[in-house]
Amino acid sequence: MSAASRFLRRITPQLVTLAAVLASIAIVFPGFFEISIANGRLYGSAIDILNRGAPVALLAIGMTLVIATKGIDLSVGAVMAICGAVAASAVDRGMGLVPTLALAIGTGLACGLWNGILVAVLKIQPIVATLILMVAGRGIAQLITEGAILTFRHEGLIFIGSGTFLTVPMPVLIWLFTGVIVALVVRRTALGMLIEAIGINPRASMLAGVNTRVLLIAVYMASSLCAAIAGIIAAADIRGADANNAGLWLELDAILAVVIGGTSLLGGRFSIVASLIGAMIIQAVNTGILLSGFPPEFNLVIKAGIVLVILVLQSPTVQSAFIYFRRNKQSSPADAKTVVQ
Amino acid sequence: MSGSQPLLRATAVTKTFPGTIALDKVDFTLHPGEVHALLGENGAGKSTLIKCLTGAYRRDGGDILLDGMPIDPRNTLEAQSFGIGTVYQEVNLLPNLSVAENLLLGHQPVRFGMISGRTMNAAARTMLAQYGLDIDVSRNLDNFSVAVQQVVAIARAVSLSGKVLILDEPTASLDAQEVQMLFEVVRSLKERQLGIVFISHFLDQVFEISDRITVLRNGRLVGAEATADVDRVRLVNMMLGRELKQETRESGRTDRPEGMPAIRFQGFGKSGRIAPFDLDIRAGEVVGVAGLLGSGRTETAEVLFGVTPHDSGKVEEKGATLPLGSPRDAIAGGFGFCPEDRKGDGIVGDLSVRENIVLALQARRGWTKPLPARAQAAMAEEFIRRLDIRTPDAEKPVGLLSGGNQQKVLLARWLATHPRFLILDEPTRGIDVGAHAEIIRLIEELCAQGMSLLVISSELDELVAYSHRVIVVRDRRHVAELVGEDITTDNMVAAIARPDAGRADEAAT
Amino acid sequence: MNARSLPLLATVIIFLLAYAVCYSQYPAMLSTRVIGNLLTDNAFLGIVAVGMTFVIISGGIDLSVGSVIAFSGVFIAVLLRDTGLHPVAVFAMLLVITTLFGAAMGATIHYLEMPPFIVTLAGMFLARGMAYVLTIDSVPITHEFYGRLQDFYYLMPGRGRLTLIGGIMLLVFLTGMILAHRTRFGMNVYALGGGVQTARLMGVPVARTTIQIYALSGFLAGLSGIVFSIYTSAGYSLSTVGVELDAIAAVVIGGTLLTGGSGFVAGTLIGVMIMGLIQTYIIFDGTLSSWWTKIVIGFLLFAFIVLQKGLVWIADRNAGALKSAR
Repeated sequence: MSAASRFLRRITPQLVTLAAVLASIAIVFPGFFEISIANGRLYGSAIDILNRGAPVALLAIGMTLVIATKGIDLSVGAVMAICGAVAASAVDRGMGLVPTLALAIGTGLACGLWNGILVAVLKIQPIVATLILMVAGRGIAQLITEGAILTFRHEGLIFIGSGTFLTVPMPVLIWLFTGVIVALVVRRTALGMLIEAIGINPRASMLAGVNTRVLLIAVYMASSLCAAIAGIIAAADIRGADANNAGLWLELDAILAVVIGGTSLLGGRFSIVASLIGAMIIQAVNTGILLSGFPPEFNLVIKAGIVLVILVLQSPTVQSAFIYFRRNKQSSPADAKTVVQ
Repeated sequence: MSGSQPLLRATAVTKTFPGTIALDKVDFTLHPGEVHALLGENGAGKSTLIKCLTGAYRRDGGDILLDGMPIDPRNTLEAQSFGIGTVYQEVNLLPNLSVAENLLLGHQPVRFGMISGRTMNAAARTMLAQYGLDIDVSRNLDNFSVAVQQVVAIARAVSLSGKVLILDEPTASLDAQEVQMLFEVVRSLKERQLGIVFISHFLDQVFEISDRITVLRNGRLVGAEATADVDRVRLVNMMLGRELKQETRESGRTDRPEGMPAIRFQGFGKSGRIAPFDLDIRAGEVVGVAGLLGSGRTETAEVLFGVTPHDSGKVEEKGATLPLGSPRDAIAGGFGFCPEDRKGDGIVGDLSVRENIVLALQARRGWTKPLPARAQAAMAEEFIRRLDIRTPDAEKPVGLLSGGNQQKVLLARWLATHPRFLILDEPTRGIDVGAHAEIIRLIEELCAQGMSLLVISSELDELVAYSHRVIVVRDRRHVAELVGEDITTDNMVAAIARPDAGRADEAAT
Repeated sequence: MNARSLPLLATVIIFLLAYAVCYSQYPAMLSTRVIGNLLTDNAFLGIVAVGMTFVIISGGIDLSVGSVIAFSGVFIAVLLRDTGLHPVAVFAMLLVITTLFGAAMGATIHYLEMPPFIVTLAGMFLARGMAYVLTIDSVPITHEFYGRLQDFYYLMPGRGRLTLIGGIMLLVFLTGMILAHRTRFGMNVYALGGGVQTARLMGVPVARTTIQIYALSGFLAGLSGIVFSIYTSAGYSLSTVGVELDAIAAVVIGGTLLTGGSGFVAGTLIGVMIMGLIQTYIIFDGTLSSWWTKIVIGFLLFAFIVLQKGLVWIADRNAGALKSAR
């Protein structure tokens, strides 16, 4: 079995789900796949899904790596708010675009370093360690914006949120680009394998000479980096930094995207592409409910339903029963666990 | 005593796991008022037997009679209600509850739905008074020493079961005085006609407290005798000595390589784990390490590889000092280490055979310098062929392979790094006969190629077969070194069994 | 002195110090009026934090409580608006629903062996979603029974008012303390937090206890929703967002170990009071901004987590020293 076909097999369930969601939207709303170009920009519901899903997609990239190490990062929503606030206040003080972006991203990396040190050096459980920044982060963001929604008119920054490049909205390009880069970096270097090794068996990895401490810190920094980019996009999109609402509860959507993407919360094998498809599934459900005339109130109920289904499918109890059935049927447990590229 | 009706009689107890027979028709008889020691190395079947007796495992065959009545406990709680209680080495109580709560959990005195702390504490004090323990029972358990926790655990087990008490390595983390305190408790229970199963790897303690000894090895019963009838040498022989009367070497190899030692460890040690020792390793030399479980053999390997960093002594290589503060340092210095606990410390179960093989090499290169996919595949194929790893392909998750093949994958992981010094802790435990022979052949082959090896094994025959030198470890100290023709199972058994006759540090050169 | 009560001691000292600082600057803060308001304003948080204390001591977490409170408010408001039912009947129905809801989450956690975090996350979505489905508007509650409930108070010396909901909170804390320290259920909760495997070996009914713990948390979240609806006279599906975080913070600042096994219900009360005190101080000050609350709470969280980590570390080292003594 070649690497490519293994990869396809890995993301098939997510692709099928996405296709099913899109198809059912298209049935209720026939104009769903129509795409038009106006003023040099693509328009259409499908484009909208790609565009609106940008923050969750970006967060899901970093979250995938964190979850692969058997961790979790609850602080990404708050980090989004902080970095959006930093960017807004920087342009507000007349800084140029490049220093502004550097400052916002640098702030994100610092947040990641903080989380990473708590987890890797002080050995605090990830959920507890990142809770601190989740609680305090929004306060810090409000401190930066001084409680108000800090608006700006910097054209360069706004372009990141609502501009287009070759008719494609910038947020779409940014998350696709980030996803491709991170996926390439983890798979073309040894990073992916080492991260998976830590998630599956930290002690054996340490004994094999894997530098678990540095890798863990790096993973939390990557997560915060993605959050910083998402925060900049979210601020640029509304032309202002809203410390209260930017990224609110998006950490949960990001975790959900990773879980839908088939990466186990218990760490180990991961797929960034599958997580990104997961993020698009979530956004497609959101948009689909809007389009098909259902009241948006049902959105959360449906999300809860999705989580429940995944819970049941991923539960160790159900899985062992499933493997047992397969063993009995074909007496070959070799494929019981999917293998990623 | 043997005239009385046995309290507990297990006959032909059998337990199999996929691929292995953990217990093969083992008999075990316990009389009331008897302390019965159960001995054997790791994997001998002691804990499997205990688990069958206490219902943690369901046995596949055989009978268990308690007071002449057949029993078939489905879980430990049921075994407890029949009268069989167990106390484990890592105390199975809740450190965050008070002593009284631990003693009475599930049986607290309740009035109008409320627990009366005073009544509960009084009941707890009465229980502990029988064991001569007078402590503040309202304090949390983790405020007390392990010895006190053991006694509390015994008190709970006895109050809930009351016929048979199984003590699974209760003394492993106690000091001499605490052991005596525990033994006082055991003797008082013996007078109350309880049957006590005592598991320990400290021979001194076994001889001091037990009335009978049963020895298991590789899942089979080696023998059961009155303690008074066995001496230490015979006991160690039963545990480690020759099992198969096959034609093997009578004594160790005499072709010890000449020349300067490649790596010199001087005064190397870690307080509390292994006393400082000197060790010279020459290129192309196999150094065996013999000793009972818990003697300090694994501790030796772990301090050599930086898993538990040394706190005394130094390592020199050609006059230069090697840093050895972590496994990463050790790997950078050309060391490799196959740990005893393959599943917990060795393999990364969900990763493929290929990934497990390249892991250490890749970790040493750093993540930025990945091995090309083709080189990885070639390396995996090469080792699968060379070590005869039985797997359908290199992409199969290693956790799905058999124990012997997992061991070979681990060996391949280290061979891929071209180590100069390879440490193997029990490389042949729990693997089938074929793989066993292949691993021994591989050890000889590697040493012929000039690699230095340190091999820990409880199969003394094996050590004789490939070692140039054997270091004997006892009580966390290197106590003897045998070279060439002196390496015989008899000499090793004698060195292991010698009662603690003062310090023998000078023996290790 | 048990090392485990050290965080509780730290909490008490911090509370007294903080109050002393407040008093030195604003002597008015040491009046029964302020104390009465402190209890009233934090009543819903305190009630839900009691449930969270049990959940966290058992080694779990419950993210659904904030949504359940919002759902409760909406449920009560909509039923009172659209039906002729008496509020007491509505309360009873609501408490049954939220208790069953919690029990269902507990059963999912136990039988599907899934992490509480993700199960209660689904519960959080579900409860909030059901609130939305009922209505997305803020529905005022005008039933005259509510007026009577709100006017009911006990006048403390110094003209401070101990309102009904403040009183309910204190009663819940009292009951919680008895439940935690004086019943078999309470002991089983601590036992689960000490180690599920060991607890099972010692005969603790793990399934039943887990379900009971989350049912209790659901019940108290429902009660908290009732109290919140009395406090605000309305039901709004967007209210009490993030209350689960405040409750977790109060529990941790109250000296409960987030990893489970150790903690005190009384500590949680002080944790809630510390958080309320910070807010009151900021209101008294007038120039400080509200976001300092979050930053200070975040810092306290950090300080307590590190303190607990340090205690565990010291305990481990002692155990290690004990071992290496041989």
